[in-house]
Amino acid sequence: MLSSEVEDLAGKVRSKDQRGMARVLSMVENGHPLAPPILHSLYNPERSGLTIGITGYPGAGKSTLTNRLIAYYRKHGCKVGVIAVDPSSPFSGGALLGDRLRMQDHASDPGVFIRSMGNRGHLGGLSGTTRDALEVFAAASYDPVLVETMGVGQAEVEIASLADITLLVLVPGLGDEVQTMKAGIMEIGNIIVLNKADRPGIEQLEMFVNASLDLIPDQTLRPTVISCSALSGEGIEKLTDAIANCVSFGTGRRVIARRRTKLILRSIIREKGKELARKHVSDRYGSIEEAIESILEGKTTPYEIGEMLSGFLENKRENENECKRD
Amino acid sequence: MDRKIRVLIGKPGLDGHDRGAKYIARALRDAGMEVIYTGIRQTPEAIVNAAIQEDVDFVGLSLLSGAHNHLFPEVARLLNEKGGSDIILFGGGVIPEEDIPGLKKAGFKAIFTPGASSSEVVDFIEQEIQTH
Ligand code: B12
Ligand SMILES: Nc1nc2c(ncn2[C@@H]2O[C@H](COP(=O)(O)OP(=O)(O)O)[C@@H](O)[C@H]2O)c(=O)[nH]1
Ligand SMILES: [Mg+2]
Repeated sequence: MLSSEVEDLAGKVRSKDQRGMARVLSMVENGHPLAPPILHSLYNPERSGLTIGITGYPGAGKSTLTNRLIAYYRKHGCKVGVIAVDPSSPFSGGALLGDRLRMQDHASDPGVFIRSMGNRGHLGGLSGTTRDALEVFAAASYDPVLVETMGVGQAEVEIASLADITLLVLVPGLGDEVQTMKAGIMEIGNIIVLNKADRPGIEQLEMFVNASLDLIPDQTLRPTVISCSALSGEGIEKLTDAIANCVSFGTGRRVIARRRTKLILRSIIREKGKELARKHVSDRYGSIEEAIESILEGKTTPYEIGEMLSGFLENKRENENECKRD
Repeated sequence: MDRKIRVLIGKPGLDGHDRGAKYIARALRDAGMEVIYTGIRQTPEAIVNAAIQEDVDFVGLSLLSGAHNHLFPEVARLLNEKGGSDIILFGGGVIPEEDIPGLKKAGFKAIFTPGASSSEVVDFIEQEIQTH
């Protein structure tokens, strides 16, 4: 019965049923128990869909730029997906998701699927389930999928590892910020977009950005810098050309597929490993709190618990091998 | 499972009065809900499209211009047509008392008029989600 529900929902995603796909996205977001089997059914290691990440400070024009990029890819006959992440309130857990407001040009276009997500406490500018949501979009043949981050904290780092191409959006008036930006951030974007080029201060921004890019030790990693105005549309073609260049140069589609698989497996190992270890320690000591008490009472140390966990995984494997021999 | 109540707040038609809609959107966020605000001047098609893609539990419409008798039922009709008949509709704005029964018949569970407090709206949603 369960598996027929899984196949039914996965089938709806594949047949591009928007209501079914929206439901599956919610199940993924909510950590519904059927989400993993659905994702298993949808997963295609060879999928070629492109993920374009868009990051930068709040107000930089990420949503307005996304609106422009949607128009461009629609004109070229692509079905476009968008995941727009905004912060959830740490107090109420609620969120005001307003990115759609700037994407109204495509509000009734059936070839565009826009999904807004609250980050639900996940640090890093994305929601904890953005990675899995991308597989759902891919299975319904949305290509490319544009991911707008909430643009604070470590957003740049996280989106760069998830997306195939990352745009870092900067605006005039950010000169000081650019100079004091943490080392490494500038190298993360494949393309640095200097938006609001219609505003004064764009030349100065360009100067600051180029000066700090000159400091990158490996200049082959130097990102392309494009200035444009998402508001007027001026310079957007230069940007889409630069994105196309990025895909053909260096990041071929096969390379992308391998990188993506590695990323997904790595984070699943990390999450499941954490879950398993936490559960085992809780089972053994009653709770994590009680394990801490035992350490404070001098009965054990964190390192001994670590050794115990390694032993647990080893034994599990031996048991499994024994089962196979029987 | 980490399930949140999702609500879309939309303004169909040409009405530009958006204070009430924004006020309600913020109040629902502060009550722990995820609120998608689509902005002013939306067609009923755009609102319904967004409601389906965002997989919301509720759609709340706001109108102060007087066009509610046409636009509210149109959203209800399209929502049913697109398979969203289980999404709960409600609304608010400058809406004469005598229009409310007609809107309820068209599928709107509740209508809130000027002076309504945000806690009334929050209570309505929390009650509906229990019985839904
Ligand atoms: C402020 C205001 C404006 C501002 C709007 C600013 C803005 N960005 O919102 C300005 C000056 C721009 C304006 C312009 C106009 N206005 Co005006 N405006 C008002 C006024 C005085 C207050 C509205 C307001 O903001 N109230 C505060 C908010 C918080 O209350 P609210 O919106 O009613 O929301 C509450 C409830 O209704 C409910 N609610 C509302 N929406 C929703 C949605 C949901 C889901 C829920 C649950 C609840 C809910 O909850 C809220 C909290 O209680 C009203 C008169 C009035 N007393 O209502 C006229 C009024 C709405 N305006 C009116 C008119 C005619 C106009 C103009 C056409 C005037 C003109 N000739 O140019 C223009 C049109 C503008 C446009 N583009 O549409 C008329 C509408 C007449 C009608 N319905 O038949 C009114 C009723 C004045 C009147 N008595 O004639 N207006
Ligand atoms: N002058 C100017 N304003 C812009 C440009 N792009 C976006 N904006 C405005 O900047 C504000 C924030 O834009 P938004 O796309 O919501 O930014 P986000 O928070 O990064 O998604 C809005 O008022 C936009 O209209 C631009 O190129 N030039
Ligand atoms: Mg935005």
